[in-house]
Amino acid sequence: MQITAHNISKSYRRGKGIQGSVQVISDIDLSIESGKVYVIYGRSGSGKSTLLNILSGILSPSSGEVCYDGSDIYSINDRELSLLRCKEVGYIPQLHTAVGTLTVRENVLLPSAVIGEGKDISKADKLLEQLGLQQLCDVRANVLSGGELRRLSIARALINSPSVIFADEPTNDLDEETSHLVFEHLRKAADSGAAAVIVTHELFGRDKADVLLQMRQGKLIREKG
Amino acid sequence: MSIKKLLYKSIVGRPLRTFALLFICIIMSGVMFGGAVLSVSLKNGINSLEQRLGADIIVVPKSAGEKVELENILLQGTPGYFYMDKSVRDELERTDGVDKLSAQYFLVSANAECCTVQVQIIGFDDETDFTVKPWLREAYSGSLEQNEIIVGSGLSTKVGHSLKLYGVECKAVGKLESTGTGLDTAIYASSDTVRGLIKAAEGKGISVLSKQSPDDVISSVYIKVKDGYDIDEVAANINLGMDGVQAVRTKSMITGTADKLSVFSASITVLIAAVCVLSAAIMLIIFTALAGERKGEFALLRVIGFSRARLCRQVLNEAFVICICGALLGIGIASAVVFPFGSLIENKAALPMLTPDLVSVLGYALLAIAAVVVTGPIASVYSAFRLSRIDTGRILREGDR
Repeated sequence: MQITAHNISKSYRRGKGIQGSVQVISDIDLSIESGKVYVIYGRSGSGKSTLLNILSGILSPSSGEVCYDGSDIYSINDRELSLLRCKEVGYIPQLHTAVGTLTVRENVLLPSAVIGEGKDISKADKLLEQLGLQQLCDVRANVLSGGELRRLSIARALINSPSVIFADEPTNDLDEETSHLVFEHLRKAADSGAAAVIVTHELFGRDKADVLLQMRQGKLIREKG
Repeated sequence: MSIKKLLYKSIVGRPLRTFALLFICIIMSGVMFGGAVLSVSLKNGINSLEQRLGADIIVVPKSAGEKVELENILLQGTPGYFYMDKSVRDELERTDGVDKLSAQYFLVSANAECCTVQVQIIGFDDETDFTVKPWLREAYSGSLEQNEIIVGSGLSTKVGHSLKLYGVECKAVGKLESTGTGLDTAIYASSDTVRGLIKAAEGKGISVLSKQSPDDVISSVYIKVKDGYDIDEVAANINLGMDGVQAVRTKSMITGTADKLSVFSASITVLIAAVCVLSAAIMLIIFTALAGERKGEFALLRVIGFSRARLCRQVLNEAFVICICGALLGIGIASAVVFPFGSLIENKAALPMLTPDLVSVLGYALLAIAAVVVTGPIASVYSAFRLSRIDTGRILREGDR
């Protein structure tokens, strides 16, 4: 799948009673191709996560368009966009990585349940095994550690075999070993045909990128690839 | 894994929230259903009592006791008896304004085989009666022969079986429907049968009469006043003109009970209204608090493909499932209290109770379920709307701030 962002900008209104708005990102063009790992780095507040959310279909831009295979995803209705997100996008969030009332396996199967499947237990178990979580399959997610939760969210992001995986600070607060594991799996996903877009403020992982982009003051600067 | 499982796990996985909501729903449906059934049972009880009286005035011997006791004997079937000379009946017949009149005989059984408690035996004059026969006909269409009886619904005796009363075998030829009053434990017979029983009691050494013969006494006279006559005036004339008797207006006997009932019904109505308002407010608070607590979970669900409509449905479905379970439990608990303990409530409240029929009970149950099931989701609509409109990206990045 080809994902393209044309001239996208995002501004937020300031808080109540304050005049004007804040321009978070402006006039960004980006093309994401299958099979590549994209790393977007930059300082906190530079607009990386905002860009990620716009690209993944959870935050509409103030202007510009995001196209998946040529179709603007923000021109379709919420139900269709949600379904597209479920089928084509794997998202690894920075926080709130799991539904605490579900087991680890159920969390992984959740995206496939949204599209009426949720029965591919062997695939979920295989992913959990690859991520070293096979012992915790039937454990409720609210007892997992930070690293385990991050690995769980990777498994969940991969369950529907998405075309693109977006990861927001996936190695934040993780030890080096787990961070390597996370990147290893994102690389594997890219090698199997998906695109991986990773946002980070850390130095870790920049050398693993096929395409390295820096976010600075709302602008995207291509540094590698 | 399915979306239904997510719903189930969300309900089971938050036991405190679920229990709190269930508790509110149980209280709400229980009070609504129990209160309605209780209120209608009491109304039915008093209606049945009114229907059974049938007379405008009851004349009893002055010695029959205080009004409250009299009421208990005449309306509630509390065992008791009193007698006056049967000439009173003839004298009353000549009284101006009297349209119809009929005498009754009361007797209390000593140790009837069928009962562990004493029962009231009421004898009526088959030829002149206009108060007992109309509703007795529901149980037995023929004329009661000597030593034939009709038993109240509260007695265990079956139709065709016999009861030994003062050594006399009396055959039950009919059984009455429940009235919700103490008269459900009474026995009805012809006046000849009761006179025979009085004689039999004397034969057993139990004297209920001092000197007179049972053939010369009656216990009470029921009077229907002619149209155009003032009932109070007729009763007053009897009280003034006749010695040793008292004429009581039947309506005045019910007035106290009816007043009590209206206070009771009003209290139940206020209680139901207060519980409903309070429950709705508490549900609203719980759902709103939960909406704040579950922003993260919903942001995650949104990012993995839940549409706004689906998120809304998720919240409303959770509310619906909890409410319906709570409503059913509430009705079950209320039923377990109201129905088996109806007679206890009746005694404590000193009001007649007649449970409505099954269709009406089911109707009240459905109304209570509907009220709870509508209130819960309505209380959760605001939180459902809020959760479906959350800023997904910000919450996943920054938390629930």
